[in-house]
Amino acid sequence: MQKYSGFGLLKHALSHHENWQRVWRNPTPRTHYDVIIIGGGGHGLATAYYLAKEHGITNVAVIEKGYLGGGNTARNTTIVRSNYLWDEAAHLYEHALKLWEGLSQDLNYNVMFSQRGVLNLGHTLQDMRDIQRRVNANRLNGIDGEVLDAKQVQEIVPIMDCSANRRYPVMGASWQPRGGVARHDAVAWGFARAADRLGVDLIQQCEVVDIQVEDGAATAVVTKQHGTIKAGRIGCVVAGNSSVLAQMAGFRLPLESHPLQALVSEPIKPVLDTVVMSNHVHGYISQADKGDLVIGAGIDGYNGYGQRGSYPTIEHTVQAIVELFPIFSRVRMNRQWGGIVDTCPDACPIISDTPVENLFFNCGWGTGGFKATPGSGHVFAATLAKGEAHELAKPFSMYRFYDGALIDEHGAAGVAH
Amino acid sequence: MFHIYCPYCEEHREEEEFHAKGQAHIARPPAPDDCSDREWGEFLYFRDNPRGLHHELWVHAAGCRKFFNITRDTQTYEIRETYKIGDQPAVSTNPDQ
Ligand SMILES: Cc1cc2nc3c(=O)[nH]c(=O)nc-3n(C[C@H](O)[C@H](O)[C@H](O)COP(=O)(O)OP(=O)(O)OC[C@H]3O[C@@H](n4cnc5c(N)ncnc54)[C@H](O)[C@@H]3O)c2cc1C
Ligand SMILES: [Zn+2]
Repeated sequence: MQKYSGFGLLKHALSHHENWQRVWRNPTPRTHYDVIIIGGGGHGLATAYYLAKEHGITNVAVIEKGYLGGGNTARNTTIVRSNYLWDEAAHLYEHALKLWEGLSQDLNYNVMFSQRGVLNLGHTLQDMRDIQRRVNANRLNGIDGEVLDAKQVQEIVPIMDCSANRRYPVMGASWQPRGGVARHDAVAWGFARAADRLGVDLIQQCEVVDIQVEDGAATAVVTKQHGTIKAGRIGCVVAGNSSVLAQMAGFRLPLESHPLQALVSEPIKPVLDTVVMSNHVHGYISQADKGDLVIGAGIDGYNGYGQRGSYPTIEHTVQAIVELFPIFSRVRMNRQWGGIVDTCPDACPIISDTPVENLFFNCGWGTGGFKATPGSGHVFAATLAKGEAHELAKPFSMYRFYDGALIDEHGAAGVAH
Repeated sequence: MFHIYCPYCEEHREEEEFHAKGQAHIARPPAPDDCSDREWGEFLYFRDNPRGLHHELWVHAAGCRKFFNITRDTQTYEIRETYKIGDQPAVSTNPDQ
């Protein structure tokens, strides 16, 4: 594989950039793999990469029904942070954040991870108490965080209306300086390229329509385009379609699939150099390097697989954004889209073995799994390699919904992001 | 934007008057204390979540405030029927029927 570097760029300029290597192969699937990953989003691709890199398991295929990263990975608003309340979740997301910090180097691919800081606003006394509690818990876990008052928030975001006489005044915020954003499709492409280099087969345009189970163990996937492909172990990483895949294997999950939408504005000059989120009025916003404002909405209340969001939801979000940023009231919106998020009752993911042997699920990331992409892949790869949950993944078994050991992150994950 | 027929108001109203409450026809176990953890967990948390026809519970929150059921396609979003609490659906989610 060609290594990307400044020198390489220069060298290729001499031949008018006509000799770049393909970024990954386009192989025909083999009849058997040691591990099959269903779902070529960021989490699935990261899983394949770490399987090959950390565990030496390279007879691996990633099977994707559309194109790599075309699911929620390239539909999300790319906020990365690790300031979750409970130890289990905080450790998992912080594990991911540490991997983010070295990811571009590790993958030799610029994922444009930008640690521009994340503000979670508080608009009521209760919000501020919750923020204080969460920041204290974060610091005990070695995660950076500060509680800011309204004046300090105003200094960081001069264009936000922090005046005290608003309907929902900004009373303060939590501030995680190490949080930020990354370029979502570069994350999928970077992991894909690095996994391909290590021998992983990336099979696109190949839909899994059934999972074969013999004597309680999964043995193969049946695909629409390439027939049956056998596997030693199967890892299912299909976000909003997880319940559909679980049904193929004969069990249910504690998940509901909901549309979640986002929108971007026309590009404007740099005005916002951090990420602002608000649980209370429900909105989140950042500005991409291209200049577009990236705005995320809430989920539609009903179950849906339609990859589009409802109008009232987006109207509500834009109201919240304009209330916080009156300066944006005349900005025109360019594009709007939806993704299907797999929400879990405790707003935490499921990284788990299942009632079917050799079949593992990594799902339930709902509205907030992009930030976890490298960490999720890392712990899921270990889980698949050893056949038992990685230490950080143990609390996230699907069986917690039987024994009641839920990890309630509705506070830290209160806004859909 | 959905236009939803409330079987109590007997009128079509806009989506914003309603709230979706998830899967319909989930019977509470008659004797919760006798349930295994598994049975109770299934009742509380595990859902069908199909891609296709779905019987679901809705409430006419900003209207008559009554609960009722909808059979809806979660992929095309077509509403096939709405019916009162206690009634059974006329449209089956099982493709074989
Ligand atoms: C609008 C929006 C905003 C968001 N904002 C944020 C944010 O700011 N920060 C954050 O951390 N998270 C955010 N999220 C959540 C985040 O996008 C997801 O949690 C994360 O990207 C999930 O990654 P994934 O790889 O598991 O899923 P996906 O990227 O959805 O990948 C799953 C893949 O599985 C494939 N698949 C499905 N069924 C089959 C089948 N039968 N056979 C083969 N392949 C199949 C799909 O085509 C898809 O490519 C947001 C999500 C949305 C929709
Ligand atoms: Zn009514």
